[in-house]
Amino acid sequence: MKWEIVIGLETHAQLSTVSKIFSGAATAFGAAPNTQACGVDIALPGVLPVLNTGAVERAIRFGLAVGAKINQRSIFARKNYFYPDLPKGYQISQYELPIVEGGTVTIRLGDTEKTVRLTRAHLEEDAGKSLHEDFSGRTGIDLNRAGTPLLEIVSEPDMRSAEEAVAYARALHTLVRWIDVCDGNMQEGSFRCDANVSVRPAGSTTLGTRREIKNLNSFRFLQQAIEYEVRWQIGEIEDGRKIQQATVLFDPDTGETRMMRTKEDAHDYRYFPDPDLLPLEVTAERLAAVRAAMPALPQARREQFVVQYGLTVYDAGLLTASRELADYFAAVAAGADARVGKLCANWICGALSARLNEENLEIGQSRVSAAQLRKLVDRIADGTISGKMGKDVFDAMWAGEGDADRIIAAKGLKQISDSGELEKIVDQVLADNAQQVADFRAGREKAFNSLVGQVMKASRGKANPQQVNDILRRKLAA
Amino acid sequence: MSNVTLKELSVQLAAGACSSVELSRDFINKINSLNKDLGCFITVDAERTLAQAKAADAQRAAGHAGPLTGVPLAHKDIFCAEGWLTTCGSRMLANFVAPYDAHVVERCNAAGMVTLGKTNMDEFAMGSSNETSYYGPVRNPWNRDLVPGGSSGGSAAAVAARLAPAATGTDTGGSIRQPAALTGICGLKPTYGLVSRYGMIAFASSLDQAGPMARSAEDLGLLLNVMAGHDPRDSTSLERPAEDYNRDLEKPLQGLRIGLPQEFFAAGLAPDVQRAVEAAVAEYKKLGATVVDISLPNMELSVPVYYVLAPAEASSNLSRFDGVRYGHRAAEYTDLMDMYKRSRAEGFGAEVKRRILIGTYVLSQGYYDAYYIHAQKLRRLIAGDFAAAFKQCDVIMGPTSPTTAFKLGEKSADPVQMYLSDIYTIAVNLAGLPGMSIPCGFDGGGLPVGLQIIGNYFDEARMLNVAHRYQMVTEWHQRVPPGIG
Amino acid sequence: MALTLDDVQRAAHLARIAVDDAEAGAALAQLTRVFGLIEQMRAVEVSGISPMSHAQDLVLRLRPDAVTEGDQRDHFQAIAPEVEAGLYLVPKVIE
Repeated sequence: MKWEIVIGLETHAQLSTVSKIFSGAATAFGAAPNTQACGVDIALPGVLPVLNTGAVERAIRFGLAVGAKINQRSIFARKNYFYPDLPKGYQISQYELPIVEGGTVTIRLGDTEKTVRLTRAHLEEDAGKSLHEDFSGRTGIDLNRAGTPLLEIVSEPDMRSAEEAVAYARALHTLVRWIDVCDGNMQEGSFRCDANVSVRPAGSTTLGTRREIKNLNSFRFLQQAIEYEVRWQIGEIEDGRKIQQATVLFDPDTGETRMMRTKEDAHDYRYFPDPDLLPLEVTAERLAAVRAAMPALPQARREQFVVQYGLTVYDAGLLTASRELADYFAAVAAGADARVGKLCANWICGALSARLNEENLEIGQSRVSAAQLRKLVDRIADGTISGKMGKDVFDAMWAGEGDADRIIAAKGLKQISDSGELEKIVDQVLADNAQQVADFRAGREKAFNSLVGQVMKASRGKANPQQVNDILRRKLAA
Repeated sequence: MSNVTLKELSVQLAAGACSSVELSRDFINKINSLNKDLGCFITVDAERTLAQAKAADAQRAAGHAGPLTGVPLAHKDIFCAEGWLTTCGSRMLANFVAPYDAHVVERCNAAGMVTLGKTNMDEFAMGSSNETSYYGPVRNPWNRDLVPGGSSGGSAAAVAARLAPAATGTDTGGSIRQPAALTGICGLKPTYGLVSRYGMIAFASSLDQAGPMARSAEDLGLLLNVMAGHDPRDSTSLERPAEDYNRDLEKPLQGLRIGLPQEFFAAGLAPDVQRAVEAAVAEYKKLGATVVDISLPNMELSVPVYYVLAPAEASSNLSRFDGVRYGHRAAEYTDLMDMYKRSRAEGFGAEVKRRILIGTYVLSQGYYDAYYIHAQKLRRLIAGDFAAAFKQCDVIMGPTSPTTAFKLGEKSADPVQMYLSDIYTIAVNLAGLPGMSIPCGFDGGGLPVGLQIIGNYFDEARMLNVAHRYQMVTEWHQRVPPGIG
Repeated sequence: MALTLDDVQRAAHLARIAVDDAEAGAALAQLTRVFGLIEQMRAVEVSGISPMSHAQDLVLRLRPDAVTEGDQRDHFQAIAPEVEAGLYLVPKVIE
């Protein structure tokens, strides 16, 4: 039987506020245990939550970025369950009326585009951390993370493969960093996904029973976990067993998913509106202010790059992998025409990206500034140096030897574009290679390339190849 | 010295007739001699108290005294007070020394007031008789076989027995007004949101409100002036300009329209209580007030609605008591689940457990709409009744409690009987309105009767005026329990 | 609807309160009385009325995004049942 895979993702993005969602404690990562857990975070008797404006604004920004509806009124509810890293015995979340509803995220796989619908995005607080290393056989609780603001972004079950799920997660990851709502640091848990996975016979319109894979904090694990889970589910069904709804964990060491041992008994969370928090209102003024401060989004930048510089959709996609990269490209290509713009894109996607990858650097850490790179591109475009020489100049720039012009001069890389000088070289080459000339005239085009090569060699690489072409053609035609 | 009002103490301290240290030592001595019998206080800490009194005297000597600098008061043990054991009447918090001050405590301290101790209360404020306290019952100073009411029973009895000139209380369904009525003192529950709930251990967050308990309306106003005020740490604290709640005390009552809800004078009301309340209304007519018959048709639903909503909120509010970060942890357990269950089973008393179970049940899957949402809709109807009534009258009057003080143990076996003793007070919390109780007479057994005065939102100054004018022409509030003072 | 012993035990489990059979039985009797009282309100028609969650019809006030609380770990952990290396300790949690 052919099976269809159905995947929906719940993504927790930690919002990049400096203080917690309901308290004035710091959110910085890596502090000593419980030193960033104030009275509200450890749920002392009598303390109360007060909502952070920064969290609300980030949620709105996200909603606007995905074209969602921002609810004018949303409600905080309590999700009740006992767990040692949940100090109040309930998590403040949004349930019936979230701040963001609907919206879409566009993903690309190869040449196909797909739109993934979002159900909602709501504000909630993170829990603390349980440390299971040995404290004489006990678990240690660190509440520094408790109360960190989260935006939980829930997708519709629109994805049909692990690849689609990863592409969606990546697009979301790009977006939340792009609009500065989340630092996207997956190692630190700032961005993590739960995947709801089910399978059904191809063509079926009803959903199969899903299992939820919790806490996937890398794209690789997301992919592996879904792939394993899908194989497992299909195997179960084909062996005549039924899938039971369950929450599972992915073990990166074995590459397998397994049931959580602490079954959160019957999941009766007893949600009800938090009496400590009045309804959250998003006024038209606040909405307008957040909208006014929104940066241009990846999709818009991509389209602009394609139209303005004639980039391929693929290249435009590469250049909008982050806002910093898009800004870098825009700075390099500023004022350029399509020909030069395209060259700029090639240099960024090629030599520069390769260097950044090699040295594990972000675009912001590039050793070649946007202005420097543009100078190099201009020298190639105006024929001062060849593209091939450009690579040497780029390496020298990367090594800190200065601007393109200085390097070109210092290394004597300037192309020979003086036609008198070139004609002399060409005449000499034609004279020395009578056989190739004869071959060319007999219709063998390959001979022409050989002649070009001879000229370049004779000029020690400095001849302007275009000019060499032109002169050779003219002389051979005579 | 202890048989004087806040107002008089304020005057005497200002005149240098006594020091705060002398005054505080006086009260502590009285507490030490009577508390064993009455059980008003859970914690007294003379050293701490006298240190505070000394600081207040120094403040005064430096010329920085406010109206209540050096005046002692007692805090209900529901308020966190840094360095003070804060038990909330529960074994769960038997070892909980609060690491911070509640907003109310902070404000009283800032006003130079001196903390005499922490008063006994029903466990987590759940009760109407002060019998659910882990620290033993409080006895009514008027008759020690009787309860003082609850949940602020310790505060009420302390003020009635002249162990404190005033005290703080909290009122979720009548917990200031009912014990005030049963012990012959005055108590005011302000409009919801006027006094910050920060640092006040939560019972039912949408109903809880702190307020003053004292011996006269004027004293209530003085203390409310200190307690009330915006607090950014409580999202439900109202942002309003500061006001002097005693500004209208002396205003004549000519033309005051008093609404008398027929539902307050129906079956279940003790005849002696009815007589005393009617006599008070007659007194008001003499003062120039007119009486309007009104109806609060959904009043009778307030008790069932309350016993859905308050336990629901409480079941969630009390989840933080899990033995992990503070409070009681069972000595023996097998695993995490067992630790939770035993710690909570041992830490909470029967009434608290009962309400947690009710609240858990009404919020659980399949029952939420039928109970919780339904009750919230009725809550709106009940609030609407008051809105309609206040179109016809300025204040509403009636009994605070259907009976005078009852015997210890009389209702503790039957929760429903106990719950019904708050039948006249609960609706006010559901609506978020201000309500108060002042003494208005005695029953045949010599027990005090309370008159309830309910005002419209933010009408505290008018209510205090209404109460004060009555206290100028009556002396019920000056009566002292036999053998006291 | 009549409350059952199962309901009581389930609620006690959700609320993490140990009850033995005798306690559950006693609680059932009392809760049945309380729910008798509560049932009164269920007969009242409420269609078209919106639920009232708060005493005032106001909206949430927000606080600025600023760090206002410092480290108070030692102060807070002075009253904790069991701590080690700055962590609150609990029986081993198995996920």
